[in-house]
Amino acid sequence: MAYKHSLRSIRVPHLKYTEDCAAVTMPVPQTVSISMSQHMGPPCTPTVAVGDTVLVGQVIGDSTAFLSAPIHASVSGKVTAINDLVTAQGAVCKCVVIEADGEQTVDPSIAPPEIGDFDSFIKAVRASGLVGLGGAGFPTHVKLNPKNRAEIDTLLVNGAECEPFITSDYRTMMDDTDDVVDGIRQVLAHTGIPKAVIGIEDNKPKAIDKLKKAVAGMPIEVLPLRATYPKGAEKVLIYEATGRVVPEGKLPSDVNTIVMNVGSAAFLSRYLKTGMPLVSKKITVAGNAVAKPQNVIVPIGTAFQDIFDFCGGFREEPDKVLMGGPMMGIAVHDLQAPLLKNNNAILASTTAEMPVYEETACIRCGRCVRACPFLLMPAAIERAYESRNVELLKELKVNLCMECGCCAYSCPARRHLVTTNKLAKQLLREQGKK
Amino acid sequence: MNPVTKQLLVTPSPHLKAADTTQRIMFQVLVGLMPALVASVVLFGYRSLILVAVSIASCVLSEYLFNLITRRKQTIGDLSAVVTGTLLAFNVPSTLPWWMVAVGGFAAIFIAKQLFGGIGQNFANPAIVGRVVMILSFSGPMSSWVLPAMAGGVDGVTTATPLALLKSGETAGLPSVGEMLLGLRGGCLGETCAIALILGGLFLIWRKVITWTIPVFFLGTVAVMAVVVGQSPIYYLLSGGVLLGAFFMATDYSTSPVTEKGKAIFAIGCGIITVMIRAYGSYPEGVSFAILIMNILAPHIDTLTRTKPIGGVRA
Repeated sequence: MAYKHSLRSIRVPHLKYTEDCAAVTMPVPQTVSISMSQHMGPPCTPTVAVGDTVLVGQVIGDSTAFLSAPIHASVSGKVTAINDLVTAQGAVCKCVVIEADGEQTVDPSIAPPEIGDFDSFIKAVRASGLVGLGGAGFPTHVKLNPKNRAEIDTLLVNGAECEPFITSDYRTMMDDTDDVVDGIRQVLAHTGIPKAVIGIEDNKPKAIDKLKKAVAGMPIEVLPLRATYPKGAEKVLIYEATGRVVPEGKLPSDVNTIVMNVGSAAFLSRYLKTGMPLVSKKITVAGNAVAKPQNVIVPIGTAFQDIFDFCGGFREEPDKVLMGGPMMGIAVHDLQAPLLKNNNAILASTTAEMPVYEETACIRCGRCVRACPFLLMPAAIERAYESRNVELLKELKVNLCMECGCCAYSCPARRHLVTTNKLAKQLLREQGKK
Repeated sequence: MNPVTKQLLVTPSPHLKAADTTQRIMFQVLVGLMPALVASVVLFGYRSLILVAVSIASCVLSEYLFNLITRRKQTIGDLSAVVTGTLLAFNVPSTLPWWMVAVGGFAAIFIAKQLFGGIGQNFANPAIVGRVVMILSFSGPMSSWVLPAMAGGVDGVTTATPLALLKSGETAGLPSVGEMLLGLRGGCLGETCAIALILGGLFLIWRKVITWTIPVFFLGTVAVMAVVVGQSPIYYLLSGGVLLGAFFMATDYSTSPVTEKGKAIFAIGCGIITVMIRAYGSYPEGVSFAILIMNILAPHIDTLTRTKPIGGVRA
C-alpha cells in the first residue's frame, strides 16, 4: 500500500484489547450530573430549575453563543441540584444533577426533524446537540456551515482512532456500518459537498473491508492510513487524505475540507430518523485496573465510578484514571467526574501500565524534533519558554502544536514537552492581549 | 468491587512513553564501544583495561563529587560519565601513566561538563576537552606510541603512527590496509581497530541511538579532502581517530546540531578541519581539534538550520 502524503509519525503500542467487544448498553444510573460545558465555546446556561421534572431528550441547557450546542437530559427524573463543577481543564461550570426515575420516559416532543433546505438541516443539527465526538467537541452545526461552503470539496470522515486502547469508533464502524454510511450520505446531500473520504488506520482491516463494501457505488472513498500515531489528528488526516496543509490559526474549511468523526456521522443518521438528541455516548472502558474492559453505551452525565462499577469494578486499585486515551487524555482526580459528549474512553490503570516518569535533564538528542508531525522543535521551544522569549516562541511556531504528545512520548529525559508547549501558547495568548 | 481509597495521580499527557531513557541510550553507546574495547585489550594488553577503568572511575567520581559539593541531584546513574570515561581512555596511548588519564577525566567531567551545567549543557564534548588538556599537559607521554604485540611490537619500543609516516612521506613503513582494518598499528588504544569501530557504529545506527548523517558526512568529507590534498583516502579514513571520532565523538548529542541538515554541515566541517590539520598543521592528527571547533559552532549551526514547521505562516 502506497501512501501518497505522509507526515512524520511515531509508533505507539496499539493496546486495542477491547476491539472484539461489541458495545453493551449500560443501565440507567441513579443520578447523572450533566455538565453545561460539553463543547468548544462558552458553557450553556441551565434552562431547568431544581425540583423540575425532566424527560429523556428534553433541553436542559442552552446558550445564545455562536459556538455552542444545546444540552439534553439523558435520563427522565427530577432535577435535584445545580452545582458548580470543576472541569478537567480546571474551569468551573454549572452542572445539572438529575435523579433518575428509572422510567426513561421520552420527551413527547421528540420527532424526526423536518428538513427542507440547508438552513433547516443546520438548525436540526444544532438542535441535536451534536458536537465533534472525536474529542475536541466543536459544535457540528458550526462546522458544517463554513463561510466558504460552496468551495468545500471533501468531507473527511475520521475513523483513524489512533489513540492506544480506544476501540469505540472501531465498534461503531463494525456494528453501525449502515448508520455511518447513511450519516455521511445525509451530510453530503444536505451540504452539497461532492465527495467524502473515510480515513481508517490499517490496523483495522475488518472495518476497512466492511466500509469499502458498504460505500460501493457512492461518492465515498475509504482511505487506509498507516497505523502510526497521530493519524487521527484533524490536520494530519487532512494532509494524508488531500496533501493540503492547514495554515497556522486556520480551520479545515480554509483548505476546503470538513472533518467529522465516524461516531458523529452514525449519530446524525440515527437522529435524522428518530429525532433523539445526543443523550448517550459509546465509550471504551479499559486499563489494567478495570475488571471487565469493554465498550459501553453510557448516558451522558454518568459518573465514572458508576461506569467502572458496571464494568465489574476494579481488579486492583487504579493509580490513574484518564478521560480519553493515554496520548492526549486528561487525568482526572475524582471518580465522580461525569461523562461528557466528547469523551470516547475512560481508562483506569495502575502504575504498572502507566508509570510515573521521572523528569531528567534534556540531552539534546533531537528525538522530539524527529517525532513532531509538524516539524516543530519542542526542545528549542522549551528553552525559549524557560526564558519567556516571546519573539522566539513565535518564530518557533509553537501555536501550531496540536498537543499530540509525540515529542514527550519520544523524550528519553521524560521532559513534559506538551505541557511546556501548552504554557508557551498561553503565554503568547496573554502577550497578544496586552 | 474495591472502593478506591488512595489519591489518584494527576499528571500531564502523554501518559505512556517510549522505552528509551537517557540511561538506556548511554548503555547502548557502551555496548557499541565494546568491540573496540575487546580489540584494544587484544592488541595492547591488559593495560588498556586498567586505563579504561581508571578513566571511568575518574569521570564518575568527578561527577559524583561535583553533585555532592553543589548539592545537586545525583546523576551518575545516567551512565553518561561512564561513556565519557571510556571514550577518553580510547583516546590515549596504552603506555600512558594511569594518573594522567585520571587528570584527563577530571578535566572532562568536572570542568567541561559539570561546570557548564551537566548533561546536555556542555558546549564541547567532555572526552575531547579531556584529551586536549592531556595533549597540552603531557605532550610527551600522549604522543609516544607502541605497536601492538601481534604486529611485532616490543615493550618499551616506540613507533610512529601511520599518520606520522604519511606526514613525513615515509610510506614504506606503513602497515597494509588489512593490518589497518584489524588495528595492527600504532595509535590510541581504542582507535586502531577499524572493524570493531565500524561494527559498534553500525550497531548505534541500527539501534537508532545515532543517525547516519554525521558518520557518513564526516567520513565522506575526509575521503574527498584526502584526495584533494593528495593523500590516500583509505589510509586517511583508517588511520588516526577519525572512525572513533565520526561514530562516537562527533555524534555526542549535546555538542552536535539537532537537525539532520545541521548535522550534515557540522560533519562536513569536522572532515575539512581534520584533513587541514593533518595535511598542513603541526599536529599529525586533527580529529579532536576539528570536533572541538565544530562543537563551538554547533549552537550557531542550530540557529541557522531550524526546521520550517508545516503550516507555519511567515510573521
